Amino acid sequence: MFEKYTVKIRKIKALTIKEFFQIIRDSSSILIAVIFPIMLIFIYAYGVSLDFKHLKVGLVVQDDNPDAQSFVLSLRDSEFFNVDIRRDKKELIDKLTCGDIHGIITLPFYFTRFKTAWANNIPLSNPECVNLAPLYVVADGSDPNTAHFVLNYVQGAWANYLLQQAISNKDRGFFHVNVQQRFWFNEEINSRYFLLPGSIAIIMTLIGTLLTSLVISREWERGTFEALMATPVTMREIYISKFIAYFIMGMGSMVLCVILSVFVFGVPFKGSILALFIISALFLLTALGTGLLISSAARNQFLSSQIAIIVGFLPAFMLSGFIFEISSMPETIQWISELIPARYMVTSMQTLFLAGNVWKLLIINAAFLSTMILVLFLIIFMKTKKRLD
Amino acid sequence: MKKGIYSLIIKEFLAVWQDKKSRIILILPPLIQLFIFAFAATLDVKNISIGILNLDSGKQSFELCQRFQWSPYFPHVRYLRGVEEIKDVIDNQKVIMVLFINEEFSRKLLAYKKADVEMIFDGRKSNSAQIVQGYAMQVIQNYNDELGQIMHFPVPSSINIQRSWFNPNLIYLWFNVPGLVAILTMFSTIIITALSVARERELGTFEQLLVSPLKPIDILIGKSIPGIIIGMIEGSIILIAAITAFQIPFTGSLLLLYFSMLIFVCSIVGVGICLSAICKTQQQALLAVFVFMSNAVILSGFGTPIDNMPQWLQNVTLANPLRYMLVIVRSIFLKDMPIHLALMQIYPMIIIAIFNLAISTVVFRRRLE
Repeated sequence: MFEKYTVKIRKIKALTIKEFFQIIRDSSSILIAVIFPIMLIFIYAYGVSLDFKHLKVGLVVQDDNPDAQSFVLSLRDSEFFNVDIRRDKKELIDKLTCGDIHGIITLPFYFTRFKTAWANNIPLSNPECVNLAPLYVVADGSDPNTAHFVLNYVQGAWANYLLQQAISNKDRGFFHVNVQQRFWFNEEINSRYFLLPGSIAIIMTLIGTLLTSLVISREWERGTFEALMATPVTMREIYISKFIAYFIMGMGSMVLCVILSVFVFGVPFKGSILALFIISALFLLTALGTGLLISSAARNQFLSSQIAIIVGFLPAFMLSGFIFEISSMPETIQWISELIPARYMVTSMQTLFLAGNVWKLLIINAAFLSTMILVLFLIIFMKTKKRLD
Repeated sequence: MKKGIYSLIIKEFLAVWQDKKSRIILILPPLIQLFIFAFAATLDVKNISIGILNLDSGKQSFELCQRFQWSPYFPHVRYLRGVEEIKDVIDNQKVIMVLFINEEFSRKLLAYKKADVEMIFDGRKSNSAQIVQGYAMQVIQNYNDELGQIMHFPVPSSINIQRSWFNPNLIYLWFNVPGLVAILTMFSTIIITALSVARERELGTFEQLLVSPLKPIDILIGKSIPGIIIGMIEGSIILIAAITAFQIPFTGSLLLLYFSMLIFVCSIVGVGICLSAICKTQQQALLAVFVFMSNAVILSGFGTPIDNMPQWLQNVTLANPLRYMLVIVRSIFLKDMPIHLALMQIYPMIIIAIFNLAISTVVFRRRLE
């Protein structure tokens, strides 16, 4: 009884070693397993950034008074703007059409008059100074996200300027509602902090789904699977050994990505390492399960890689909340995203890196992943009979 | 000789059409991508849930809460009962922002003093959080303005006049779908050309081509032209879908768009031929396309702006033809781009196209020898 068991383990061990040789000797496996993760993490770290600083905007100043100039200076010195000051709006409109600048701010000729009127407490009934600030902002709406930032930043700069004026004039109690803002988990508002943890889910999908489905369907294509079947090992032992090999590779790439994110790109890691390993292991199992299912259904490298990209990679990229907010998507797509394992992985990673151990959230996500694993493996278990058809 | 190229082109079309795999690749992924990308790839911030913790019992704080409650930006407002609840709702991502009003709020305002409120955001979603912050600040500033009037103490208005040109309601689809016209055109062009030589090599028919009376340059032309034609057709289909199904306004010149698309497709064909000449099997070619596409898309400004990248990477993007095509296609769609501005974007693409085609000729020839 015990002996039978050790034989089984020996068989699996031998098969696993065979798998590793197969991976190492194949250039496209090395490409997917080693080069891809490193390349992707670098490109996500440098190429994908939602930190809007030094936004290029045009500024038209129609008022030469020192008051207007002081506001111009405050815009020019701000780290949020990169201001291009012109007298003529025409050139700036051309630049806006080309996308060289993202917005145009106009200080109208009545800028100073508005200020003095306010300082002397004159009611602003004058038609040209409607009861709105003397600032006219145009954003390039063809890029809506950047446009939001242009509009918000100008609004913020103006509110700040007013506040400073009030303080320096020792105003009779410039009373208002003052907002103190805090960004929990990410005080510096650095988008890299949430993009890199999320990208780990995508890299693991590549290894778990794309690589696995490619390699197994290649064995079908080349007929080496039939050769394996002729040996005394069972189909399940073959699958288990493949699982072990790709599981180790996937975890290896996860560790590599975490090390790069923390030590090279300075993303803080606040959670527990144990939780990191458990959640990633669960996620990797879902990815591997998907990869195995694809390859056993397609049995053709070309088709497998296509399906793996459409079923594995694209949803992990688009529907996981890695960059794009799930709650903003149409409802049907939100439902679909519930079926994407990467969604649970991305939230867990972002939480573990930035917020620490929020057990409730982590356990719920782990539960979803475990359910998916159960379903996937039930299907695989039923499919793994030794068959040649 | 010309007849030879002509029949080679016909043969390429037949090969693409008769191969089930290529047919699937040409039709299915672009359609799936168009719909998923268009709706899912959104940086829009909608359906925002916020939490409010109001410890003040005065009229002023009630008024402020009502403004948040009825603001169209915040459809889901959740009232919290205690400070300890803030951590729970933010940590578990139930809300993206909490507005915290302390006990002294109305007392301070009635005494004509500055009253503090605190806003706490979920930094795990910093982009959305900053947009929510903008909405919340608008509500507060509106309140500030009216507060001054009600209490007979006019304060300078902090609301400035804001307009968004070209897309007044900041609809994200208008940004996204024109970009997809460029990206999906690129996808089909590169996949057709990258697979063409690799397929022949895998099937062993490449030798047959070599012994035919065609010169290498003829083979190259015969392989490129189907890619150009199919890319243009695919681009047109998506263009029609963008205008009809997605109702994106098209303000510019169609002729100008097609001219730029032709140059863009030529530069992509060059890349495709290179990849195809290097890869031995269709699977390798597909992986190479995958690597190329994911880099080209990230470095194009499709998802996140080029301006946010470090300077050295911005310089790298200058070699990416998709970068120029995205500006052109978006500007022609929404901004009615005049020809002299379009030419500024087209000429770098012409240089890239010539360079790529030249390189691909060299690589292709070397492979043949």
